[in-house]
Amino acid sequence: MQDKPGVLNRVASMFRRRGFNISSLAVGHSETLGFSRMTFVVDGDDAIVDQVTKQLYKLIDVVKVSDISKEDVVIRELALIKVRTTPTTRPEVLQMVDIFRSNIVDVSPDSVIIEVTGDEDKVDSLLRILRPFGIREVMRTGRVGLMRGMSKSLALDNGQS
Amino acid sequence: MKLTGGQIVCESLLREGVDVVFGIPGGAILPLYQTMSSYPQIRHILTRHEEGASMAADGYARATGKVGVCMATSGPGATNLVTGIATAQMDSVPMVIITGQVAREGIGKDAFQEVDMTGITLPVTKHNYLVMRAEDIATAIKEAFYIANTGRPGPVLVDIPKDVFTEEAEFVYPETVDLPGYKPVLDGHPTQIRKAAQLINEAKKPLILAGHGVIISRAYDELVELAEKAQIPVITTLLGRSAFPDAHVLFVGMPGMHGLAYASLAIDEADLVIALGMRFDDRITGKVSGFAQNAKVIHVDIDPAEIDKNVHADVPIVGDLARVLRQLNPSVEPTTHPEWLRRIEELKSEHPSLHIRQTEKLLPQQVVRDLCDVTDGRALIVTGVGQHQMWAAQHYACKEANSFITSGGLGSMGYEVPAAMGAQVGQPDRVVWSIAGDGGFQMTMSELATIAENNLPVKFAIFNNGFLGMVRQWQEIFYNKDYFSTHYTGNPDFVKLAEAFGIRGIRVTERSQSVDAIREAMAHPGPVVVDFVVEEEENVYPMIPAGQTTAELMEEPLVEEARS
Repeated sequence: MQDKPGVLNRVASMFRRRGFNISSLAVGHSETLGFSRMTFVVDGDDAIVDQVTKQLYKLIDVVKVSDISKEDVVIRELALIKVRTTPTTRPEVLQMVDIFRSNIVDVSPDSVIIEVTGDEDKVDSLLRILRPFGIREVMRTGRVGLMRGMSKSLALDNGQS
Repeated sequence: MKLTGGQIVCESLLREGVDVVFGIPGGAILPLYQTMSSYPQIRHILTRHEEGASMAADGYARATGKVGVCMATSGPGATNLVTGIATAQMDSVPMVIITGQVAREGIGKDAFQEVDMTGITLPVTKHNYLVMRAEDIATAIKEAFYIANTGRPGPVLVDIPKDVFTEEAEFVYPETVDLPGYKPVLDGHPTQIRKAAQLINEAKKPLILAGHGVIISRAYDELVELAEKAQIPVITTLLGRSAFPDAHVLFVGMPGMHGLAYASLAIDEADLVIALGMRFDDRITGKVSGFAQNAKVIHVDIDPAEIDKNVHADVPIVGDLARVLRQLNPSVEPTTHPEWLRRIEELKSEHPSLHIRQTEKLLPQQVVRDLCDVTDGRALIVTGVGQHQMWAAQHYACKEANSFITSGGLGSMGYEVPAAMGAQVGQPDRVVWSIAGDGGFQMTMSELATIAENNLPVKFAIFNNGFLGMVRQWQEIFYNKDYFSTHYTGNPDFVKLAEAFGIRGIRVTERSQSVDAIREAMAHPGPVVVDFVVEEEENVYPMIPAGQTTAELMEEPLVEEARS
């Protein structure tokens, strides 16, 4: 979509007004100057996805919409998790961080912040495992995705739908 | 050449061919107004309320097919426009709205008369702009007109801060627009056209359901050609009234909640519904699962989001209706459906929905019939919303295309006064009759001052039953006649009221006075208000209660008289 003031609001407003449920939404600059790319997850059957797509196209600033849920895609989510630690539990937490190939990005006397990247299941699993230690705060980005390969690329210079 | 923001607005409007705008000035938009005073090419009509300005722009746009333009100042001026903007959005009316905004440094600070107008109008405009630099005004206005009047038309708002009107910038009016996310599809897909033709050629009981798209696309001739070539009966939506000549032998009528019984029943029996430029509003479909159960559906619309939104289309075609029909018609085989047409005649005689019972009372249906007779069905009708609107849609047989202007989607009471004013401005040579309710008329009657001031010869027929009639009807049928808060016990004397505005007023209380009063109004060169004091508790029939099917269709209790 065109990177203009209020464009996120236009999209969010449309979802709200028409009663579509979105469980996550992530937005950022794309590879083309002046355009942003948004990934959002909407709950609904094919008919709802069809309507969401068409309603998005009605927004003047939206250039291209793809339902990537049935495509060959890479989907990732990043989460920052602040977990309570004590000298006795810290090694165990660090072990989990290793197993999940995540990183410790901050350490303080009574907690650590873990950065984890992966699909939603991976983030959910890590959260489940860390819960007994005491999760203080969680910040998740929501899912972002790109299609694999070049054939069905969403690149904007490939022309618009 | 450097111009001020205000001059850029005026120059841009001139390049878009704007010769009239409706509005009211105020603090934030004053720099634009003071500039406009040196642009006599742009006629400014000073309305008495901003809702009058937006609805007049809507009426003007519908009557002419051009973009209607209205203006207001920031804050309350702008919010007063909103009902008219939403009306235009729901009915796909091209409109450009220019609002003043507080100066840039005041935005977000709750400045005097500040309101977030782009935020407020986000869901009721096709698009909107907050223009923060004078150098961006020309592009915004160019795009606004382009977006408003292409694809599925709609209102576009341009909000401009006060100090941007006085800021100077180089003026270059763009030749083209650069909107990568906006590319309306105009031609139908050939495969879909072929499939549609095949369905039409195979159908035994085809039915055309024509909507506002016919009028917007000016597809009148193409529609007649399709209907005649394959002898397909035509029904129209409320906004599709006058899209097809009423007198045509293939015309059936309007179906739906207050549509003609035989038109609704024809949908039940059809094996193919050809929906042209319409959006399956709930007032047409009733309960969607019970709608057109025996029919396949061809749905032509310029807005892809309308396809499969309410009713599934077996063959969807996205495109401009006139162009799609020009593609489609050559593949339609000339044929006729004598049995189907005979069946529709049978439905008509079994369900005489247009029958008016014999009585000495002043029946509103009869007043519409009288209006139609005296004007020879050639007036430009503008209505409000409610019972009188439905009687007008049922009984005014339009002879000319685009002669029935009404707030369909939003159902905005009060539309009848300013929209009729705007329509008359756009069509100065046509006879404009506003068919008004006493309720709606009182919502916007301050525009009588604007009408008098500009000597616009609009004729008003107030259907004065002293009630919010349609609401009263629902109370009668669904709430055991509990007429709570629907009875006007202190209505003004509409004749004296008109005279106070310097407008001729006529009162009609007897059946025998109706035709003469209409003739007198027509003979008077200026505006006229005719107060028809009609039967108070008359109901609109037929009626299919909201969300029901034709199984629940209620007909005029006295219809037996007509059957015999």
